[in-house]
This record gives sequence, structure tokens and C-alpha cells, in this order.
Amino acid sequence: MHKKVKYRILYNSQIADRTYRMRLSGDTGDIKAPGQFINIALPGFYLRRPISVCDWDQEGLDIIYKVVGDGTRLMSELSEGFELDVLTGLGNGFDLSAVKKGETAVLVGGGVGVPPLYGLAKRLMAEGVSVKAVLGFNESPQMFFEKEFSELGAEVHITTVDGSAGIKGFVTDAMKELSFDHYYCCGPMPMLRAVHRLCREKGAEGELSFEARMGCGFGACMGCSMETLSGTKRICKDGPVFKSGEVSFDD
Amino acid sequence: MTERSGAKKGSGLRDMSVCLGDWRLDDPVIPASGTFGFGYEFSEYYDINMLGSIALKGTTREPRYGNPLPRIAECREGLINAIGLQNPGVKKVMEEELPKLRSVFHKPSIANISGFSIDDYVYTASCFDELPDIGILEINISCPNVHGGGMAFGQDPAQAASVCEAVKRSCKKPVYMKLSPNVTDITAIASACEAAGADGLVLINTLLGMRIDPRTGKKVVSTGAAGFSGPAVKPIAVRMVYQVYEAVNIPIIGVGGIETADDVIEMMYAGASAVEVGAANLVDPYACYDIIRELPLKMEEYGIDRLSDIIGKAH
Repeated sequence: MHKKVKYRILYNSQIADRTYRMRLSGDTGDIKAPGQFINIALPGFYLRRPISVCDWDQEGLDIIYKVVGDGTRLMSELSEGFELDVLTGLGNGFDLSAVKKGETAVLVGGGVGVPPLYGLAKRLMAEGVSVKAVLGFNESPQMFFEKEFSELGAEVHITTVDGSAGIKGFVTDAMKELSFDHYYCCGPMPMLRAVHRLCREKGAEGELSFEARMGCGFGACMGCSMETLSGTKRICKDGPVFKSGEVSFDD
Repeated sequence: MTERSGAKKGSGLRDMSVCLGDWRLDDPVIPASGTFGFGYEFSEYYDINMLGSIALKGTTREPRYGNPLPRIAECREGLINAIGLQNPGVKKVMEEELPKLRSVFHKPSIANISGFSIDDYVYTASCFDELPDIGILEINISCPNVHGGGMAFGQDPAQAASVCEAVKRSCKKPVYMKLSPNVTDITAIASACEAAGADGLVLINTLLGMRIDPRTGKKVVSTGAAGFSGPAVKPIAVRMVYQVYEAVNIPIIGVGGIETADDVIEMMYAGASAVEVGAANLVDPYACYDIIRELPLKMEEYGIDRLSDIIGKAH
């Protein structure tokens, strides 16, 4: 069955405030690019839960998710060995070819927008791209993956809104002084808007990954449509990643 | 879900074909409008030629963006949606979407048509009426997510009849009216459509529902009230198909909460000649595939040789 797989939970543990990391084993052949997502069926819930892929290999994948409602709470309570019904390899993912060997990419993530940037950083660095990571959180208890990005060899900048770790403020406060050739961004809508504006002022091109309440997650229901400069797009199927030149925030 | 490889046994002996007027479908399973796009994207999951037909995404005269997000809210055993008939307009549907469908689907499909005036309905229906690979014109007088049209036409027998009559007058293809469950007496609307010349009926569209987030006290989807569908509505759909079957003599396509081969059989016993599968497609792109593979097994289990024999047999 193309794209519909069974994934077995290898571990599922808390890594920050309300934030969990889950390792799933199973067929990852349909995952082609960082920034793609999987859509997980949960017992007792009608709709699936779309979660972006943090990193993957031939044996399985990692996801990082935040408990925001009843479905993700149930997810956080699932134990090792539990088998999940999953649609995999959904969405387009980031374009690695947008940046060349020897160039610098800045990867900007906010909260649970950080995870897909990890798989991206790993693959960009394997291509010889120099990576700067700007990771934004509300407060230090919600922070994760600073060490993981550092261990890859990325230059890491942390921001927190309350100043409890790193630079006090937003990701854009850390980005102002950075020089880079291309940017990749994943996070909540106000962050995408602010990063898009800042980079436009800097004259930089990039890609932004959007989040939305989805119905199906594979393009059938039109539940997550978005107006872009190239027409109406579905965040789940045509995205979630869009080129900076394609999106408009009406600012 | 059943074992996918298991359906081979007996499948050659069981006749799943059904008729909608003169049109013979290989099986009664049709993805419902709005849950399957224009069909072609599902061919990356399986060969969609196994489907009886496909009810295309609801199409209007002009392009529509639809309603603001969020448009979707989960419910127990279902969801509410307020898409608002997002579609590129009939011209683009004919020029861009249908050629892509034709390249992967080789059976007639069902055009689903919405409008805000009788003129709109007639215009859009007449466009599809010219296409050889459209089997039925499904006239949606029951969309709950648009103002000044849609469901308003489906809540009054006289208005429903006037839409039906106008489309019938200008089109050659069979006209099936898609009815709203958000009425006091659906048989009155059904009978009015039959009297106005409808060739068949499709029921039910979504029920009007609403969800409020207990954490914030705010309505979850942008429009507040929106269309509720999923397995929770199936008993209502079965009851309405049963009632309408008694009231009219034209074929009925049964829709509402169908997820399994058993659901198909139940709906056909109530009086449906074919069924449409809606919300299930949004949870699992293989929903129709699974149902069609399971049908012959269930027919064998229940001793049904020809599926068309059971239509309305619960009466």
C-alpha cells in the first residue's frame, strides 16, 4: 500500500515542557525531503494528526510534537510497541537545491516548527552547505534541540520571548545581524510573517513552511487552502513549504 | 480494516453492478463530491477505475476561494466542514481539471453543480451537459456553507422544483437533485423534484452542526455553523433514504457516513441504487478501495448473488 503504513513506536518520551519525541519504525520509502509530514490515526479520534518529520533513515523516523489537545495528549500516553496507522511522505518538503555547496543557509524555527529543520540541517551540511540555526521559544522550559543542532556543527542562536535563555526577543532579533544566502523557516504564522518581512528587507530569498488545521492532509478536502501570488494552494498538498516569492502576508 | 488480499475469493461470482437509469455502473461505490477533488490525485494511491464513478468537486459558474480558515473541526465519529465551495469555476474545471481526470479515469463521472441563482445552475449544468464523459448532472441544492443560494434552494419544495425544472429544460443528461437533510420533511422536497422531472435523487448532504472550543468559548470553524458528516450521521441518512424510497419512483444515490461494505449494503436495503462515500475519504484515501474489495466477501457471507437485488428490500 503506497503511502499508508504501520509504524511501531520504539520510544515516546518527553524532551521539554509538553513536548515529546517519538521514534517510529517502519517503511520510510515515501519520505523524499525534509519538511514533509506524516498523518497519524489515533484510536478514538476521527481525524488524523499531521506531524512533521524531524529526521528519518531507512529503518524509521523521528517526530517531535507538542501536547495541545486531547489527541496529542493521547499520543503522549502511547507506549513502546504500539502500532500506528499512518499516511506517510505527505507534502512537498524543503528544496535542498536552492542553496549550493559553500553557501550559507539560515534555518529559522519557532517551537514545534524546529523539528523539520533538523533533518534539513543534516542534509544541507552533508551537501557542504554552511548552516546557521535560529531557534525561538517562548521560555527556556520549552527549549529543545540546541545540543542536537550544535552537534551537527551548525552555528546555533537561541531566542526566548521572556529572555530565560539566549537572546531575549524573537527569532528576527537574532537574524538581523546574520548574513546568509538563503533562508528556511518553519513556525507559527506571526513568525513566518515577521521573518518573511525581515528577509525581504534584507533582499534574501527563502522558503516558509506553513501550518494549518487540516482535514485530510492529502489534498482532497480543501480544508487548509491559502491564497498565494500564484493562486489558491492547499497547504497540505501543494505545501506545506512555499517559496518566499510566492507568498503574500498582505503587508 | 479487512485484509486487503482476501477479496479475491468469490469476487468473480458476485455481481456488484447497479443501474442509475440507463447507466450501468460496475459497482455502486462513488466518492462523494468535495471529498475526492477532481479524482485524478487519488490515482497515486490506487487504480481509480475500480470505482463505480466519481462525483466531482462542487463547481460554480465563477471561481470561488471559499470561506476563511479554519474550515474544519473534528467531532466524535465525524467532522464539520465549512469549505464554502472552493473551486476554480466551470471554465477552468473543463479546461484544466477534467483533462487530468480523463488521463487516469476511463468511465463517466458525475458533475456536481452549485449556484446562487437559477441562472447560475442552468449555465454551469449546460457546460457539463456538452461533455460525453459526464454521466449525471448532480444539482447541489443543499450546500450549507454558502449564503444566498445552495441550501436555500433545497429547503423549499417550490424552489427546489424550479431549479430542477430549469436545468431539465436546458440539459439532455440525467438530472439528479442532491437534497439537504436540514428540512422538516425531506419527502416533500423529493416529491417536488420528481414532479419537476428529476431523473434521480442524491441524499443526504451534510447536517448543520457547530463546535465551540471549551478552552476559549469560541466557535471552532470560521462560519460558526457548518456541515456535519461522518459515521455519526449514517442512521439519519439511512432513515431519509428509506422514507424517500417510499415517496418517489426515481433512483436514489444514498450518502451519509458510509465507511464499510456493510454500510453500503444497509443503504441499498433502505432503497439506494448506488452510494456515495464522503467523509471516509478524508480519513483514509483507500476508503473506497477497501469497501469495493470487501463487498463481494460480504455478499458471499450474506448469500447475495446480485447486489441490485437488495435495493429497497428492507421495505
